[in-house]
Amino acid sequence: MTISGKGWKYGDNVDTDAIIPARYLNTSDETELAKHCMEDIDAGFARAVKPGDIIAAGNNFGCGSSREHAPLAIKASGVACVVAASFARIFYRNALNIGLPILECPEAAADALAGHTLEVDLAAGMIRNLSTGNSYHAAPYPPFMLELIEAGGLVPYTRQQLAEHG
Amino acid sequence: MKAMTIAEKILASHAGRDTVKPGELIDVSVDLVLANDITAPLAIREFGKLGVDRVFDCERIVLVPDHFTPNKDIQSAEQAKLVREFARRYGIRWYFEVGRMGIEHALLPEQGLVGPGDVVVGADSHTCTYGALGAFATGMGSTDIAVAMATGRIWMKVPESLRFELSGQLQPWVSGKDLILYIIGMIGVEGARYEAIEFIGDAVACLGMDSRLTVSNMAIEAGAKAGIFGVDDVTRTYINGRLKRTHREFTSDAGATYRASYQIDVSTIEPQVAFPHLPSNAKPISQVGEVPIDQVVIGSCTNGRWDDLVEAANVLRGRTVSPNLRCIIIPGTQDIHLRAMREGLAEVFVEAGAVFSTPTCGPCLGGHMGILAAGERCVSTTNRNFVGRMGHTTSKVYLANPAVAAATAVLGRIAGPRELGL
Repeated sequence: MTISGKGWKYGDNVDTDAIIPARYLNTSDETELAKHCMEDIDAGFARAVKPGDIIAAGNNFGCGSSREHAPLAIKASGVACVVAASFARIFYRNALNIGLPILECPEAAADALAGHTLEVDLAAGMIRNLSTGNSYHAAPYPPFMLELIEAGGLVPYTRQQLAEHG
Repeated sequence: MKAMTIAEKILASHAGRDTVKPGELIDVSVDLVLANDITAPLAIREFGKLGVDRVFDCERIVLVPDHFTPNKDIQSAEQAKLVREFARRYGIRWYFEVGRMGIEHALLPEQGLVGPGDVVVGADSHTCTYGALGAFATGMGSTDIAVAMATGRIWMKVPESLRFELSGQLQPWVSGKDLILYIIGMIGVEGARYEAIEFIGDAVACLGMDSRLTVSNMAIEAGAKAGIFGVDDVTRTYINGRLKRTHREFTSDAGATYRASYQIDVSTIEPQVAFPHLPSNAKPISQVGEVPIDQVVIGSCTNGRWDDLVEAANVLRGRTVSPNLRCIIIPGTQDIHLRAMREGLAEVFVEAGAVFSTPTCGPCLGGHMGILAAGERCVSTTNRNFVGRMGHTTSKVYLANPAVAAATAVLGRIAGPRELGL
């Protein structure tokens, strides 16, 4: 599947309080969460983001709390993929578990600027920056994680496993 | 057999294997699964999609409504209600109602629900706190926790390990908080990303359990998956008569492999203050300069335990909170609250002009019970000083130990107890 959209650029250590401030965690409703996505570091994001847009960021994206509301808010805002130099551990798991595509690729993340048009081929792990003309390969997923992604996340994967093995 | 670290040994034992090595993806059984009033509602929703009609073991699930409780608004009340109803429906043994609860990571060790050798997963990033007891404990998201509640199993990547060898003797008014802020300052907020940190050395033996819990608690602020202490007499004394299950002691092998090893002489460490907006912006108290403060918070899963309150009381006794500042003190659990009343600490705090409240995570994550206005500065014994963490996006949070927080409350600016002649 190839996605192409406008790039949003952030720096290192984008924490989960920045992605979705805790004051909005009194709900689990994704649409409500998406209204406040990135609010404290980019007040205009939630209003301007379009379906298919792509976030590019530096190291340690999603650091801080374990709140799954963070990848849920990003996904519900319409963002199709996050490309970062690296991801914080819990965010990485959460994104895979809920089916938010993420790719680890320092070079592509560094090359992208806000407003660039980015194209991502998830199956191939390919990232093209149509504004600079550069192409990059993201780090491949281990086979088990590919299985998770193909199943549609951890819940459908576990359902399959429970059905097969009890 | 291959030499292994304590983290690798605990994981291998829970994966039914003799050995594991870093990078391997393994399926492990869990001893305890935890969630709170913010993360459990999402976990319960995902649990409902799994098509199971029971939890794997109602004795091994802990649900603690601690974040936005006592309910701060109607939506929080609805979330707390959902968790309460789930606990009743599935007969969850360790649901702690308001009035009996505490801040989860202060409560679980105190109640003897976690012990050495355990694998614990919790839908809260500070689940790594239990590494202080020689457990492998790590934070995950709600979906992972839903699966763990249903199956008692979870996938994990075996982390590489980092070793911190601590030697020497701590200076007065220096505690676990300063050690971990110093370490995070040294390696950065992603210095241990995906890794298990192990704390060893002769300085560890002198570190009480409350200080160890503080150190392990903030391992996540360096990106770590776990922050583990070996089991010693301090651990054994702590769990004796408290731990509700059997336990198993693991020790790192002499030839185990570490991604890196660091030596720290702890006698050189001053009280640390982490400046906005990262926990890694740590400075020794002597280099802080003149920073006026509007609010002090003493509490949280990082520093809301008994020793922390004693430290704060030793500074506040017979003194008063600066008229330009609010001081909020929150005990970690009901037991700590009660003991603080019985042993006169509550009186010290209230007489000094501080708020002394029921346990809650409230202010730490900008939830309630002490939100900051635009431009305000707060010294807090909590764990994160990110932009907007405790209130307005232009407010600023400085992380410190309880003694520094208490001295700051008296003087109205960031200060250590030594400035009060202590």
